[in-house]
Amino acid sequence: MSTEARKPPAQIALKIRRVLGGKTGWNGIAVQFAFAAILGWIAYEIVSNARTNLENQHIAAGFGFLRNNAGFDVNQTLISYTGSDTFLRVFMVGLLNTLIVSVVGIVFATTIGFIVALCRLSPNWLLSRIGELYVEIIRNLPLLFQILFWYLAVLAALPNPRQSISLLGIFFVSNRGLVVPSPIAESGFEAFLAVLALGIVASLALRFYARRALFQRGHLIRIWPYVLGLLFWLPLLTMLVFGPPFSFELPQLKGFNFAGGSRIIPEFVALALALSTYTAAFIAEIVRAGILSVHSGQMEAGASLGLSRGTTLRLIVVPQAMRVIVPPLTNQYLNLTKNSSLAVAIGYPDLVSVFAGTSLSQTGQAIEIIAMTMGVYLLISLITSAVMSIYGWRISRSLGA
Amino acid sequence: MSDITSSAFIREDLVAERPAPVKTTGFIGLVRTRLFNSPTNILLTIAGALLLWFTIVPSVKFLVVDAVWSGNDRTSCLAETAGFAVGACWPYIQAKLPQLIYGFYPEAERWRVNLTLVLAVVLLLPLLIPRLPAKGFNAGLFFFAFPMVAFFLLHGGGLGGFGLSWTAGLLQLFDDSIIGAGQAVLSLSKSSSIGPLLWVVGNLILLVGTAIYWLIYPLTWLRDQLQGTGQSVWTDFAITAVVVTLIAFFLGGGVRAGWRALASSIAAFVAVAIIIKLMGLDHGGLPIVQTNLWGGLLVTLVVSVTGIVTSLPIGIVLALGRRSTIPLIRIFSIAFIEFWRGVPLITVLFFATYMLPLFLPGNFTVDGLVRALIGISLFTGAYQAENVRGGLAAIPRGQGEAAAALGLSWWKMTSLIVLPQALRHVIPNLVNSFISLFKDTSLVSIVALFDLLGSLRASFSDPKWSTPSTAFTGFAFAGIIYFIFCFGMSRYSLFVEHRLNAHRRN
Repeated sequence: MSTEARKPPAQIALKIRRVLGGKTGWNGIAVQFAFAAILGWIAYEIVSNARTNLENQHIAAGFGFLRNNAGFDVNQTLISYTGSDTFLRVFMVGLLNTLIVSVVGIVFATTIGFIVALCRLSPNWLLSRIGELYVEIIRNLPLLFQILFWYLAVLAALPNPRQSISLLGIFFVSNRGLVVPSPIAESGFEAFLAVLALGIVASLALRFYARRALFQRGHLIRIWPYVLGLLFWLPLLTMLVFGPPFSFELPQLKGFNFAGGSRIIPEFVALALALSTYTAAFIAEIVRAGILSVHSGQMEAGASLGLSRGTTLRLIVVPQAMRVIVPPLTNQYLNLTKNSSLAVAIGYPDLVSVFAGTSLSQTGQAIEIIAMTMGVYLLISLITSAVMSIYGWRISRSLGA
Repeated sequence: MSDITSSAFIREDLVAERPAPVKTTGFIGLVRTRLFNSPTNILLTIAGALLLWFTIVPSVKFLVVDAVWSGNDRTSCLAETAGFAVGACWPYIQAKLPQLIYGFYPEAERWRVNLTLVLAVVLLLPLLIPRLPAKGFNAGLFFFAFPMVAFFLLHGGGLGGFGLSWTAGLLQLFDDSIIGAGQAVLSLSKSSSIGPLLWVVGNLILLVGTAIYWLIYPLTWLRDQLQGTGQSVWTDFAITAVVVTLIAFFLGGGVRAGWRALASSIAAFVAVAIIIKLMGLDHGGLPIVQTNLWGGLLVTLVVSVTGIVTSLPIGIVLALGRRSTIPLIRIFSIAFIEFWRGVPLITVLFFATYMLPLFLPGNFTVDGLVRALIGISLFTGAYQAENVRGGLAAIPRGQGEAAAALGLSWWKMTSLIVLPQALRHVIPNLVNSFISLFKDTSLVSIVALFDLLGSLRASFSDPKWSTPSTAFTGFAFAGIIYFIFCFGMSRYSLFVEHRLNAHRRN
């Protein structure tokens, strides 16, 4: 008579069922096969149709066209580009233009958004109404409408370069764009840059050290005088020793246009303006909701500990509000980047405009070009969501949940 | 004891009235407590007032005071003719109004657009007022019947057949594609290293295709017979009505409980018959107006209403798929949703305009408006899926478990217990999505469709009305229209949210 436990029955079939069909078993497997068959059929139809259509239109599939000469000009390039460069270069130019307008838009949108949020939260009745008015008007008008409004109505109504509006004699605003002084590197440039980098690194190290001292040993170290010295006085000293790091080339009106200085094209101005004011309205609502989400007892508790209003805000309210603010804020940054593709409506040479627009109409390689364009945006949003899930994981860990 | 009485204090006259406390209510109170209560606030108030002064006053001046209200062409809106710095040029809007609303829709046919708009309002308003009854019936009318009627009203044209012909055509298309795939595999088998295997697979597919061909042969034969007769639409309609009604009767419970299904099916078919007769769909219908003539507010509304009507079912299906326990369906739904949410709408429209035609059979051309609609529906559907998923997540597990304990199937559990509660939870989010969809419809102007914004932009280039204030006037007009729609929807969403949270208010 054996006393050892009976072996469990072989569960190979069960395991296969689990792997293939999830929790639903054989039914699920059947559904999956049917679904896979339908997907396969659709994919087959798409591929075979695309192949016949491309043959009929005499278009060679593949990415070989990227090495061909583009043969058209782009009116804003961050890297050197001429008409005889390849389509791959066009892609890079467009991508960089998208990124630069997004970064500028994000900076301004955040600034305006926080200001409007503060207005809306202000105890001052008039200011909070103005903030509300701003948010309601901006949020209820389409972004494309706003872009076209800035571009076709406001910027087009500006005077021509000869009568351009001068700000302090160094900035000139006209319907051809904004002309600003362009910096030119001088002899002291490298030394200045090196010292500045050194200052930033040293300040970060100092801050790291001070935080550790505060959290581990309870020593409060006042670091801001050192940081000020590192970031301001030290570069100033370098400037005195090695000479000025750069000089400015002032724009001058010659004939019908400006010589010298650099010109920011009106398309860029209109797009950045519309993107930042539009996204700012959403950011303002996010920030307001974040700050309101912190329980008022936190502020009172801080006050009862003897902290000043500013310190309570900085150490207690804002860190808690940031947890609520950051995820939707990132989402808005992502939206802004995606919305920058509306540039195509006013001809700002972003990725969609020069690549999915001009290059597509020149080569006819619709599948490759649109796939590449979509891929870029998809990559940006996947990276952002990956970073955000790490952030969410850290937050939930720090909350002990 | 006596010293107590002597020290006792008894007041012999009334206390003098104290001055009233500072008033903190009403207008004066508001000014005191929220505008001028501290030096900083006084400064901020002044700054705010200045800001308003420099924005509101010029706007009002431009729109009303300095505006020109009548005229025939640009000369009446020039400062030289008017004698003052001219503000808004309203005659320009009056002249362009038909174009901004109807596009190039033929003038004689514009009553159709108006009728469609009236129908939409009549069906939509009772749906939006929570107190009115028959929401399900009303929603059915708006989401199913109205799009069909609107299509035949706006586009025109008639029916060539009905349910039977469509089913036969669809099945035939499906079968042709299977046979085509089989032949492709067979031709591959000649030049491949796994030739024999491919040969077997190809012949199997061909066999399935042939079997389906003979299976659907009665249907196609019947259709060909019908096409020969003069009254093909009505015969087809009658056959479809009988078949569908019988199916509904037996699926609804047969003799025991199917009478309700039978009655509603008959009622639906009678209604369809009346519509067909009224609009003359059996003999050509209304004259066809090609979609490239559509424009203005009409296109904006068509795109947004179609987007709203189609994106919700797509969203529900994708949300359910994302929560499915079947791995392949879940993975597909996640990939589908994340893909559309990760790309900008404008690339989706480019995709729909340039890439979609390549994916369809060569003899199959899709109208430009329909292409944009497909792109927008898929795009919005992915966003709606995330909204619906939020609602599904908010339903406690116990609801589904209770339904399962009662013996309901998955379909009944989802459609009767889970979805109604989930959708009610997310109405505000759905409406917010509709607002952004309405705003996003302006993007179709980039792919050569003339919606409100596109028509406006086109009207700027008319030399007859080119004045310095034309652009500002046009933007003011379009902005007011967009604002009214979006603001109205957002207020409605707040109203619904307030109503839904009634139990949570204190």
